[in-house]
Amino acid sequence: MRDMTRRAALMLGASGAALTLVGWNDGASAAVKEAAEQIAKFTGGKEPAKGKISIELPEIAENGNTVPLSFSVDAPMTADNYVTDVMVVSEGNPNPGVATFHFTPLSGRAEAATRIRLAATQNIVVVAKTSKGEFLTGQKLVKVTIGGCGG
Amino acid sequence: MAEKPRLKLPKEAKKGDIIEIKTLMPHIMESGQRKDKDGKVIPRKIINKFTAEFNGKPVFSADLDPAIAANPYIQFSAKVEESGTFKFTWTDDDGSVITAEEKITVA
Repeated sequence: MRDMTRRAALMLGASGAALTLVGWNDGASAAVKEAAEQIAKFTGGKEPAKGKISIELPEIAENGNTVPLSFSVDAPMTADNYVTDVMVVSEGNPNPGVATFHFTPLSGRAEAATRIRLAATQNIVVVAKTSKGEFLTGQKLVKVTIGGCGG
Repeated sequence: MAEKPRLKLPKEAKKGDIIEIKTLMPHIMESGQRKDKDGKVIPRKIINKFTAEFNGKPVFSADLDPAIAANPYIQFSAKVEESGTFKFTWTDDDGSVITAEEKITVA
C-alpha cells in the first residue's frame, strides 16, 4: 500500500512535469511562429541566407532586464553595396520585435550594440538587408535565469 | 522635462576614419507588459526612435521596441570625411523629441 502511494505520487509528478513542458512548448512555439512571421514581413517572403553576421550575446543572462547585444554584418558599406537595414527578433518575448537598425554608407560599418530585455531562454535572430536586395541571417541562443518582463 | 542624454565620441579624427559613437538616454522604457499593484497594466511609454545625422545627412537610425532595456544604450559607427556636427534625436511615445549635438574636427 505504501509502495502504491509512492508510485502514484511519482506518476502524478511525472505527468505534471509533462504537462508543464507541453504548456511551455506551446507558448514558445507561438512566439517562434510570430518571430518567423515578422521576419517574412521584413524579407517579403524571401529566404535569408545564413552567415556573414556575427552576434555577441552572453551564453547565460542572469538578469533578463538588461542583456548586452551587439552584431556585425560583413559588408563593404560602399555607396553601391551596403547593408541598409538590420532587424533583431526575439523568439521568446511577449512581442517578437526588438529593434530595427537603419544604416547608410556614412555608417562606415554595419554594426551596432544595445541592451535588450529577454523574458525567457530563447533564440535571438538577426536579419540584414543589403542595398542589392539580398537578405542574410544569423541567430544565437541565450539562456535566461531571471526573465525581464516584470510580470 | 526629460533628462539629458549621455554621448561619447572622439573630438578629433582623421579624414576617412570610422569612429565609434556611444549614446545613452535616461528613460524608463515602460514595456506595457507590467502590471501595477492593483493588477492594471501600466501603459507603454518608450523611446521608439533614435536617429543620428552628420552635417544634415542621415548616418544611422533605429526603431526601438519595448524589448530594449531601460535607459536605452545605442552604440554604432560613422565614417567621417569632413569636420562637422553630429545631431542625435530620441523620440518618445508621447511625441516629445530630445536632441543633442556634438562637434568633431576632421583633419
